[in-house]
Amino acid sequence: MTDTSHINALENEAIYILREVAAQFERPVLLFSGGKDSITLVRLAQKAFWPAKIPFPLMHIDTGHNFPETIEFRDKLVKDLGLELIVRKVQDSIDQGKVKEETGRYSSRNSLQTTTLLDAIEEFKFDACIGGARRDEEKARAKERIFSVRDDFGQWDERNQRPELFDMLNGQIELGQNVRVFPISNWTELDVWSYIKEEQIEIPSIYFAHKRKVFLRDGLIWSHSEYVYQEEDEEVLERMVRFRTVGDMSCTAAVFSNATDIESVVEEIKDSTISERGARIDDKRSEAAMEKRKQQGYF
Amino acid sequence: MEVLKIATAGSVDDGKSTLIGRILYDTKSLTSDKLEAIEKTSKSKGYDYLDFSLATDGLVAEREQGITIDVAHIYFSTDKKSYIIADTPGHVEYTRNMVTGASTSQAAIILIDARKGVIEQTNRHFFINNLLRIKDVVVAINKMDLVDYSEETYNKIKADFEQLMAKRDYQDQKITFIPVSALKGDNVVNKSDKTPWYTGPALLEHFEALDRKDVYNVGTPRFPVQYVIRPKTEEHHDFRGFAGKVYGGELSVGDEVVALPSQTRSRIKEIYFYDKKYQTAARRSSVTITLEDEINLSRGDMLVKAGDLPTIDKQFTATVSWMDSDKMTPGKKYVVQHGVNKVLAKVDNIHHKINPDYSGIETEVDGLGMNDIAQVSFKLNKPIFYDKFKDHRTNGSFILIDTQTNNTVGAGFIS
Repeated sequence: MTDTSHINALENEAIYILREVAAQFERPVLLFSGGKDSITLVRLAQKAFWPAKIPFPLMHIDTGHNFPETIEFRDKLVKDLGLELIVRKVQDSIDQGKVKEETGRYSSRNSLQTTTLLDAIEEFKFDACIGGARRDEEKARAKERIFSVRDDFGQWDERNQRPELFDMLNGQIELGQNVRVFPISNWTELDVWSYIKEEQIEIPSIYFAHKRKVFLRDGLIWSHSEYVYQEEDEEVLERMVRFRTVGDMSCTAAVFSNATDIESVVEEIKDSTISERGARIDDKRSEAAMEKRKQQGYF
Repeated sequence: MEVLKIATAGSVDDGKSTLIGRILYDTKSLTSDKLEAIEKTSKSKGYDYLDFSLATDGLVAEREQGITIDVAHIYFSTDKKSYIIADTPGHVEYTRNMVTGASTSQAAIILIDARKGVIEQTNRHFFINNLLRIKDVVVAINKMDLVDYSEETYNKIKADFEQLMAKRDYQDQKITFIPVSALKGDNVVNKSDKTPWYTGPALLEHFEALDRKDVYNVGTPRFPVQYVIRPKTEEHHDFRGFAGKVYGGELSVGDEVVALPSQTRSRIKEIYFYDKKYQTAARRSSVTITLEDEINLSRGDMLVKAGDLPTIDKQFTATVSWMDSDKMTPGKKYVVQHGVNKVLAKVDNIHHKINPDYSGIETEVDGLGMNDIAQVSFKLNKPIFYDKFKDHRTNGSFILIDTQTNNTVGAGFIS
């Protein structure tokens, strides 16, 4: 290991963080969405513990409005690596009357995930949840710690965060609290894509340009799907698109693209003038949309 | 391409956020949707210029008060390097955030308002960067546009700052003065023609030229065992690997090592990164090491090179930066987290408080409050293996954890 390039510095840091999680917590879990960031985390975890298996399960909080490609990919990855997968469904939280389905033009199940997630944390008594959030995604996230302590209600108190000095991560918590861990905090979108390219990591096909039925609204490209509310006058078009970020279908907009392989995706990201979350419909709700959701326990 | 993390410090209205916004803008790092949001908000506030500070002041409370209250991380890159800016607030009550931001940075920017010159807070920012032994510091004299780009003003501030430099503890710290205007973009990313008397580089040019040796201290290798990997599978039945990060230097296969605390000797048999074997583990690489002999090692233990042992002791004295609203008092117990090792510690003596503005020390101390810096002796319930902070930035530092709240309440630098 004498290579000290930029990606390697970030990779070494992430591996260090994942090992701290395994050492400091009793019941960690890796939150797996099927998106590129959580797929990258799985690769980093493989590296951190080789030749032992990854010492924690994956958990998917399933909105039920997934891209089918993502679910196929998830199941194959878990099978190939012999990992344990826990799935908890937003639909169940709706059926139990804990959350209410949003209605109308901008309805999405994205924010409903919080309740399902908090219930699952309680059910399995997870004390650390590893996630693929990055500080460059959004300005409230720019202040997130690597070990971010949440109270009994899963809430984030941004005014009262633990200082993080040098490499030292303090994972001491009280019963009922849990820690959200962000091993790729310091990666940018381009770093993740460059890593996927360098490591030849497989990712779901929706990240590459493909023909899809879409419609246009508010300058964004929406998927034409039974899960996405569409006005009658919003015309369905067939276009070459790809996704830069994968949430559920109702909150993820596509970009026009002809990048059909990883090399051209990396080139496209380098030249891009729109940020990744620019295509997240959930962030457009207000200037402080992300900060509000985080305080309520969103990832 | 390398990563350079830069801590920024400045007082309210020094234009720190504007400077960062300017760097992002001139390196074309602001994406069109972010730029659009800034334009929209600037307009709605009635400004006739772009308020770049909106690019960094993320939290709602900060936007309301127009100040920065926490450490924010900002990312951008050039063809040469990737940069992370740890943007820390400059108020006196946020000393702890400045220490935090500086602890993970390799370089720093101290901002001075050209109209105000060196003020008390400048002393504080410099003190902290010097205490944390940041190797490369830029003193950016900002708002030069408001003093007609006066060489005289610049020289006066530089001379004042040089008087401070005489008082510093870490004399080898490299300091570079640059006249800038963040608002107008002079000498930030591009050299300005408004300061023909200034022959040095623009701010970003300075950082672009920094080499690894300019920002990292190379010392002796320390390998704290983070996690023991025992797969117990058929294929790797006897595999016993010590996972950890190498600090301070490098380790190679065949090196004679001593395991601490047992002081048992062995040799490095293999170095793995994932499933590949390497001859050498570089500084700051997260590797897995196997040894020639079966030695019992667990988390918190340490491998060091034979003949190069750290101090092994149950007591030490350190400069402590206190970060909690509950006071530290003599006799109180805390958890000392030294790397990945945790021990119980008792405050033996608070010798004196150090005013972080070079105004001297206070010897009559009954306890430490938030943002205090002091010289403190500790007694531990078992020995740790440490170096002095001036010799080893990683193995010479620790954090203090409150045994009741579990919060990180302080940081220390071993003397």
